[in-house]
Amino acid sequence: MTDDFIVLEGLEKVFQVRRKAGLLRRERQEVRAVDGISFTVARGEMVGYIGPNGAGKSTTIKMLTGILTPSGGRLRVAGIDPSRERSRLARRIGVVFGQRTTLWWDLPLRDSYALVRRMYRIPEARFRTNLDRCVELLDLGRLLEVPVRQLSLGQRMRGDIAAALLHDPEVLYLDEPTIGLDVVSKATVRRFLSDLNSAEGTTVLLTTHDLTDIEQLCKRVMVIDHGRLMYDGALGGLHEVGESERMLVVDLERELPPIDGIEGTRTVRTEGPRQWLAFPASASAAPIVSRVAEEYPLVDLSVREPDIEDVIARMYTGR
Amino acid sequence: MAEVPLSRGTRAGLPPAVEVPGESALARALWGVRAYGFIAAMWVRSTMVYRASFAIMLLGSFAMTALDFVGIMIMFSHVDALGGFSLHEVALLYGTSATSLGLADLVLGSFDRVGTRVRDGTMDTMLVRPVPALAQVAADRFALRRLGRVAQSGLVLCWALSGVELVGSPLTPLLLAVTVLSGAAVFGAVFVVGGAFQFWAQDAAEVQNSFTYGGATMLEFPPTVFAKDLVRGVTFVIPLAFVNWLPVLRMLGRDDPLRLPGWVDFAGPAVAVACCALAGLAWRAGLRAYRSTGS
Amino acid sequence: MRLHGVYFAVAAGSFRRYATYRIATAAGIFTNTVFGFILAYTFLALWSERPGLGGYDQAQALTFVWMGQAMLAAAALIGGGFQDELQERIRTGDVVIDLYRPVDLQLWWLTADLGRAAFHLLGRGIVPVAVGAFFFELALPSSPLVWLAFLVSVTLGVVTGFGLRYLFALSAFWLLDGSGLNMLSTLLSMFFSGMLLPLTVFPGVFGEVVRMLPWAATMQVPVDVLLGEYRGAEVLDAFGFQAVWALALLAAGRALQSLATRKVVVQGG
Repeated sequence: MTDDFIVLEGLEKVFQVRRKAGLLRRERQEVRAVDGISFTVARGEMVGYIGPNGAGKSTTIKMLTGILTPSGGRLRVAGIDPSRERSRLARRIGVVFGQRTTLWWDLPLRDSYALVRRMYRIPEARFRTNLDRCVELLDLGRLLEVPVRQLSLGQRMRGDIAAALLHDPEVLYLDEPTIGLDVVSKATVRRFLSDLNSAEGTTVLLTTHDLTDIEQLCKRVMVIDHGRLMYDGALGGLHEVGESERMLVVDLERELPPIDGIEGTRTVRTEGPRQWLAFPASASAAPIVSRVAEEYPLVDLSVREPDIEDVIARMYTGR
Repeated sequence: MAEVPLSRGTRAGLPPAVEVPGESALARALWGVRAYGFIAAMWVRSTMVYRASFAIMLLGSFAMTALDFVGIMIMFSHVDALGGFSLHEVALLYGTSATSLGLADLVLGSFDRVGTRVRDGTMDTMLVRPVPALAQVAADRFALRRLGRVAQSGLVLCWALSGVELVGSPLTPLLLAVTVLSGAAVFGAVFVVGGAFQFWAQDAAEVQNSFTYGGATMLEFPPTVFAKDLVRGVTFVIPLAFVNWLPVLRMLGRDDPLRLPGWVDFAGPAVAVACCALAGLAWRAGLRAYRSTGS
Repeated sequence: MRLHGVYFAVAAGSFRRYATYRIATAAGIFTNTVFGFILAYTFLALWSERPGLGGYDQAQALTFVWMGQAMLAAAALIGGGFQDELQERIRTGDVVIDLYRPVDLQLWWLTADLGRAAFHLLGRGIVPVAVGAFFFELALPSSPLVWLAFLVSVTLGVVTGFGLRYLFALSAFWLLDGSGLNMLSTLLSMFFSGMLLPLTVFPGVFGEVVRMLPWAATMQVPVDVLLGEYRGAEVLDAFGFQAVWALALLAAGRALQSLATRKVVVQGG
């Protein structure tokens, strides 16, 4: 049975914006933040939802959670119209906003979770089990007594994800869950989400700027720009369409002529001892790094992920 | 997409976490009150961790409102009566009005933060939880230290009662209690309306001070002090006069300056209920506006 | 010369910043006007019982009310100044960055506060006074010289108020939770500035002591200057009273600041 858990049909959100036009006059202007988006997500899928800033990602998530009322089209999550039955839906979904916390800023994590338990009326035994599991997998043990305001961004994000899962939601929405996180926190979060999806079958929809999130987590990706769905399919397909590149930045011991002869790369820039090597986003960085390390006096290196805006820009020019 | 394993509910032996509660309006209201209770309790527990700090703030809250009354006492150090009312009579007005406001502030004093929450986006986090947003906003940062204000005005009220002769009726104590409570409800409604207004004008939190603190200050003085139009305004436009002036004037055996029929003195509870209903509608309208514009 | 430019820019930037909060300004004007009406009637009742109380006639008493509402935001009598921002920077440790700037911390915040006060005096002061003058008979002076003296006195008052608030704000270096002290600061300024009742109405020795405290310089003295309570050269006495308190408080703030700086440097934040 194909279980269409999330259904969008021609979903629209139009904002009226007032703009200054002259000294006192203000002009009304329509902004179509979401402009007729249709897709379905099956139960248990893990989908990436990407696009540049202001593309309409967050607006879509807000409509899916019932925060915003759509201006047109049809929307169902688990058979429920989110904007009409926001509270009823709230028990079945989990939401994580990357840039702001759903936790109580002044309370220790443990108190925040106790409040979540009562708000969602989670039975004590189930709460214990879920909390213990999250504490273990997200490494929250030492943080439970710390007020949220004192947590680092990565710790807070882990705390937020746990809070969103204590009531066993059927679907988890994540709005930029890895934004601003360090490498270790990013890895922990990704591993956790991947486990959650495969072990619990929780449906996950995540928006991100970081293509690595999508690469490591999602089989399916949707690209949105200017409120319209530009692409819906496998990640590989996106790379074919966009043909994006990642960048290996190497710092050598000294200034050298541009690195040459490493398969699948081209040196696009040099600046003193630092050189930039572009390679296809779909290729693995590891063999390239080891080749460079073998043949050149390497001091330091970093891999820059392709900019999502870059990919989308290429999508347009490719069409 | 069809080959996704459906492994939900496979954790044996545990009941499902999600129960669907009754969705009737009454069930929702009761759930809101309960949620208010446990959120507020959590805030109380967390402030009690720093007991010394709490004690200082309680004392500060007491002193802050006590100053108003010290001001009145200084006035009476120069005169025997203000607008024809003695110090004890003014103290009765002050005690009832300030206690009402204090109770409303204790229970619903966080509505000035709606604008901030809209601006920084944390209102959204309240809307994704299965608890009415009204209850969450109301209980947010519940501060028990505001009891200091209630205690101060309560003391003044007791002192006033010791010094005035109330028009005798066995119902007078009841009328006094009803007056204070319906006053608290009217002030509470004003807090909620002020909060709802911030959905449209996020920086306008200060406006509600005019009606709450301004209104309370006005009610602390006898109506004879003010111009008749002003008295008419607070009686009918913003029905603050029902809070306090009309019933207290009756208890003191005085005529009300607007010469309203006698039964109006007892209309407080009905007016309070009407105000709360209006406030509820205003809140819903505000929330609806927010949910259609996003900010 | 270059540094003077910096401080001027800080003040101007602060003025502009507060000018962008239009709705907040409108809300403040509304509230100040409402309170102006309420207090005006209570003062009317008091002065009709005791004409000449505190040395004011009725029109002067009403002027006191409306000028008080006009100066409430400018003098930051019930909060709303720079204190919260500075305390937040102290708590987060960002203040260390400020200490390494080539400008003086105290002067930086003082000029910012003066910019804010200038906006609040114009943006939130003029309308309530105009409304008050429309509905009541006020004793506003006709001589531009008196208005000029008033502006000088308001400026000195804001500096004195700044000196007080700076001392309270710096407590954040030592106290984890400064909300108790902040409350005390508001309490003292509400009561002793004259905002609640003119200090000339305070009885006996208590009144005499209260009129010598620095809070008197923030509101009571400027309004008295406007009301012509200081005749001729007596205005200089008023300025002198304010200036002495302002300098003493700024000096105390400077001493406390260097203690705080030493603490930050020793503990590394």
